[in-house]
Order: sequence, then C-alpha cells, then structure tokens
Amino acid sequence: MGLDLSGRQYANVPLQEKQRLFDEVKADLRYDDYLFGCYECGICVAACPSARFYDFSPRKIAQTMAREDVDLFYVMLNDSVWDCSQCFSCDVCPRKNSPGGLITLMREVAVKNGLPSAQQALEGYGRVVYKIMATGTQVSPDMLQDNAFPDWGPHVKDISQNLDVWRRALPPDTMHTTETSWRVDDKTIHELYLIWHMTGVMDMIKEVDEGLFMILQDVMEERLEDAGYDVSFD
Amino acid sequence: MIPHSAILKPSSRTFVPDPGRAPTEDYHELIFELEKEGEWEVQRVPEPYIEVHNKYGRTKKIPLQKTWHHKSCGQCGHIPGYSTAVFWINRKLGLDYIDPTDQTSCTAWNYYASATSNAAAQAAVAMRNFAAAAETGYFPIIHCATSFGHYKETRQQLLHSPELRRQVREILAKLGKKLVMPEEIVHYSEWVHAVRDRIAEHQVVGMDHIRATIHPACHYHKLVGEDAVYADEIHGRQRSAIITGLLQALGIDVRDYSTWHDCCGFGFRHILVSRDFSRSFAVQRKIEVMKEEADPDVLITHDTGCVTTLDQSQFAAKAHGRNVGLPVMSDSQLAALAMGAHPYKVLQLHWHSTDNKPFLDKLGIDHKARWAEFEAAVAELRSGAKQYLTWEDCDV
Ligand code: SF4
Ligand code: SF4
Repeated sequence: MGLDLSGRQYANVPLQEKQRLFDEVKADLRYDDYLFGCYECGICVAACPSARFYDFSPRKIAQTMAREDVDLFYVMLNDSVWDCSQCFSCDVCPRKNSPGGLITLMREVAVKNGLPSAQQALEGYGRVVYKIMATGTQVSPDMLQDNAFPDWGPHVKDISQNLDVWRRALPPDTMHTTETSWRVDDKTIHELYLIWHMTGVMDMIKEVDEGLFMILQDVMEERLEDAGYDVSFD
Repeated sequence: MIPHSAILKPSSRTFVPDPGRAPTEDYHELIFELEKEGEWEVQRVPEPYIEVHNKYGRTKKIPLQKTWHHKSCGQCGHIPGYSTAVFWINRKLGLDYIDPTDQTSCTAWNYYASATSNAAAQAAVAMRNFAAAAETGYFPIIHCATSFGHYKETRQQLLHSPELRRQVREILAKLGKKLVMPEEIVHYSEWVHAVRDRIAEHQVVGMDHIRATIHPACHYHKLVGEDAVYADEIHGRQRSAIITGLLQALGIDVRDYSTWHDCCGFGFRHILVSRDFSRSFAVQRKIEVMKEEADPDVLITHDTGCVTTLDQSQFAAKAHGRNVGLPVMSDSQLAALAMGAHPYKVLQLHWHSTDNKPFLDKLGIDHKARWAEFEAAVAELRSGAKQYLTWEDCDV
C-alpha cells in the first residue's frame, strides 16, 4: 500500500498535538544543522536505497519540514520515517540538508512520546534493545539462531550448535564470550548504566515498551546496587 | 541510457584539491581551539604516524601502533574473523596494540535502528570510550564504520554545541573521567590502507590473477565525508581510496561497476526485523550488478553491516535463482589471507554464508586440509586437552 499523504487517517488528531510534536523536533540542537530549506531537486531521492523499494522519499521529508506543514509532518512521523535505512546517502544534498538526520530526530520524538506507530515499528526489536542497554554490546553470538535467521543459510545452525567451542577457537582472549560480543568489564557496564540514567534514555524505553523497561530496570538496579550505587530508574 | 562501457572505463581526470578552498570546516583547528579554551583535552596521534589526505587535500594522521582497538559488536559477535584478522596483522607486523575490555559498543546500530536514545547519551557513550582509551595512553582505532560515522557526527555536535559539551563533561565527571577528544577519528581500514605496502611486503599468497569489486561503507565516506581518505593515484581522487589501495598493492585487478556509490541495504533495523528490503537491495543493486558488469572472484568491503548484508543476503536469493554466489570478506581478512593467515583459525570463514571455496581454490589454498586442521584444533578444545585457541596456534 502506498503512503497516504492526504492526512485523512490522522484527521482526528488535534492540530495542536501535531504542532507540539513538530516543535519538539525543531527544538533539537541538531535541527538547524540538518535543514537549510529545500531545492526540491530530488538528488537525495536518487541516492536513497529506501526510495527504491518503499513509497518513501527523503525529498518529501525535507520539503515537509522546510514548509512547516504540520499535517504532513504527522503523516511522515507515523507512516514514513521507519522506512529509512539511516545510511545518510542523502547527505549528498546540494543544500547541505540531512534528510536522514531529520528522520533520526523525528524517530526520537516518536519514541519519546510513545506513538503507537513507533511501538509497532519496534515490535520484535526489544531483545536487541535489551542486549545493547544491559550488556554493552548489541548483536551477540548467541543471537545467531537458525529460527531467527533461517534465510541466512545452514551455517547459522552450525554456529549455534558449536557456539561455545567455536568461540573458544578464537585467538583473541576477549572474544571467548557467547552472550556478549567481547568481554566487557563490570565497571564499564556500570558506567554505561549511569549514562542511561543521567540522560533519560530509560524514560524513552518506558514510553515505547513498558515490559522491556521493567526488565531493564530490574537488571540495572540490581547490578548497580551490588556495585554500591544507589540508583533508581523510576 | 549511458552505456556501461562508458562508466566502466577508468577516467584519466584527476581532481586536484586545494585545502584552502575546501567547502567544509577543518575539525582539527576547532578541536585545538577548544583545548586552548579549556573545554577538553586532545589526545594526540602517537608518533610515528602515517600521513594521508582527505578529499580536499587536508592531512589526516594515522597511527602506526600504540592503538586501542574499539571493537565492533557485529564483527566480534557474528563475523569474528573480521576483528581477529585486524589483530593478527598487527601481531605479524610486530606492532603494539591493546584489545580493551573497558569498552562498550558505540550503541549506534541500535540508535539508528530504534531511536531509543538521544544526543547526550550517544555523545556520553562515545566520550566514555575515548576517555578509557586516553587513560591507557593508546590511541583509539575504530573497527566499525557505523561507530566511525557516528563518532564523527558526535564530534561535529560537540564542536558546535557548548551546551552538549557541558552536559557530557558533567556526566563524565560523575564517572571520574575527563572529556578527551582524539586528534583524529581513525577507521581501522584507514590503518590497513596506510600500512598496505608493509602488508604487501609480507604477501605470500599471489593475487595477481584475482578480480575483485569493492563496496565502500556509507558511514565511512558519506556521513561527515570530511574524514574519509582519498589519494591522487586511486580513482583519480573521485572516490575514497580505502580498500582499492590495498587491493592494488596486493596485485588484484579492482573492477568498477555502476552502482559503486549505492548503499548495501543494511538499514540497521531492516537487517534485523525487515530483511526482505535488505536482501532485495543487496542482491539487485549490488551483487547482481557486480556479477554482470565486473565478473569478480570476491567482493571486499570494510564494515560490519556491509559484510553482513552483502554476504548473508545471497543464500535466500540463490533459492530464487538470482545471479548470486559472490564471496564477501573484509579488507582485513583479505590482507591477512595474503600474508598467509589460516582461513579458519584466523579468518574464521566458517562464520560466512556465501561459498568461498572456489575463491580459495583459485588462490591455491587447500581449504580441505586447512579445515581439517581447524577441526583437529576444535577436537582438542572439546576433549579438554586445551581450553582456547591462542595466537601461538596462529603463527603470531
Ligand atoms: S533535501 Fe536536498 S537533495 Fe533532497 S530535494 Fe531537497 S535540496 Fe534536493
Ligand atoms: S538516510 Fe534514509 S532518507 Fe537518507 S538516503 Fe539513507 S535511507 Fe534515504
């Protein structure tokens, strides 16, 4: 199904609410570096991988934002931004815009406000968020399971069946781990948790996935408490 | 339509840069200015360093050794021979490095995929890692192009936002760390490029008869393109020099194709939860185009996401009868292979998807015998005779 730009699907969302979210994107310190207007030349579209396979256009994102069309902004925020590959091929823009950068900001606002479209886009992604936030490395060896990657080939099953011994068959001694990509010091993990705490990232998680928030909260608070920190993520 | 032959013919034109007329700011000047103002410390590239140039002719310093290896979670987790090869080359060349455990992922794969973070958190993660490197006296070298791209972006934001600098400085102070910006943000493939002549001096596997295509990572040369390395003698400075320079030093015929600038289709979230897109893009815009226009024996790239997408996407496409079957590896793996590294103990090629045996055959490498050696080593680990494979088992 193509992207419905009419805005009919969001006619019942008050303009004020759309404006509030638009203003939140605009208030980000990076916004002024990502948008300088738009020639509507389409150079970004020619470079964009997502535009080839989705009804998606970085030009429309830049144009919408430059025209401050809040109705269209709300359509893009919900129905378009998650198609982007975040490759930044669109940084080729002659006007020095970064449509991909604008999309990063829009996604962040969608998550922070717990929009249902963001929740839906992140369905099935919770395990990855858990890994990176709780362990400090993202795609760990034990995520290579044939039921998760059946389309990658039979070697995935070989890896998962031999995981422990094949990890021990790696010469760097930091990489014998299976649950993390390398061995991360406890102190390093504590520092990472403190960063999440001080920057409000856990509040974002709470908005978008309450269950994940609770699991992360338990893990982090317990490990921090064991290390002598008194930190609450509530 | 422009005929392929016109695109594939090497151009004789060379772009001659004038750093004085560069359209972008020189981050070096700004970094040192902020140091003078007491905003942060700058970690200098240790001597001796190798000088290379960006597309505007500005100099970039690449450390030879005393490097702190900022590993990639996708490489170490799913393509472990990628990082192992980087370390193996360092050891083979007798260069000093640290493989740290006081390092987290840059967390940018997740950020670009899910946006469940923000500018301050991302900058704090980056600067925590940089501070950890500075504490050791070794200079950070970034394995992943996603981390490399994201750290460049982060530096840009920190350079221009006093408020973000204040926020991150305060966070780091609470962790007992200082705000330290490295003089250069260096990608490991730039180091491979800078030492390519040394690598070639150690070459024991002839590659003169090999045809290759390369794929440059978007976050390497498109996202904050200022840092990427270019050279007069490589693509007439029209494209970044990385990978091509190494391959040419090894005697390989690097072949061009018309979608060189295209992304691989990784997409961060797409490769994990929307793989139909990644697969379609990788196969239709990259692999098939390369096969049709350049007929390569191997595809070499320099990023976690690119190796993953371009390699793993081919299995399902083969089932649909697409024109695939092109082995994919990193420049570090290829360089190590040329220097005689073991294809399974060092390159760990059994973690890759696309059949690379025809390529090994073409190089005259007896992969059956090498696999039997790896299996024998694994049997020792299984029996408990040995706990781990070590560097001594890999001739370094
Ligand atoms: S964002 Fe830039 S490249 Fe895209 S249409 Fe506008 S001016 Fe052109
Ligand atoms: S960052 Fe997004 S919008 Fe920009 S080129 Fe890549 S996929 Fe397209």
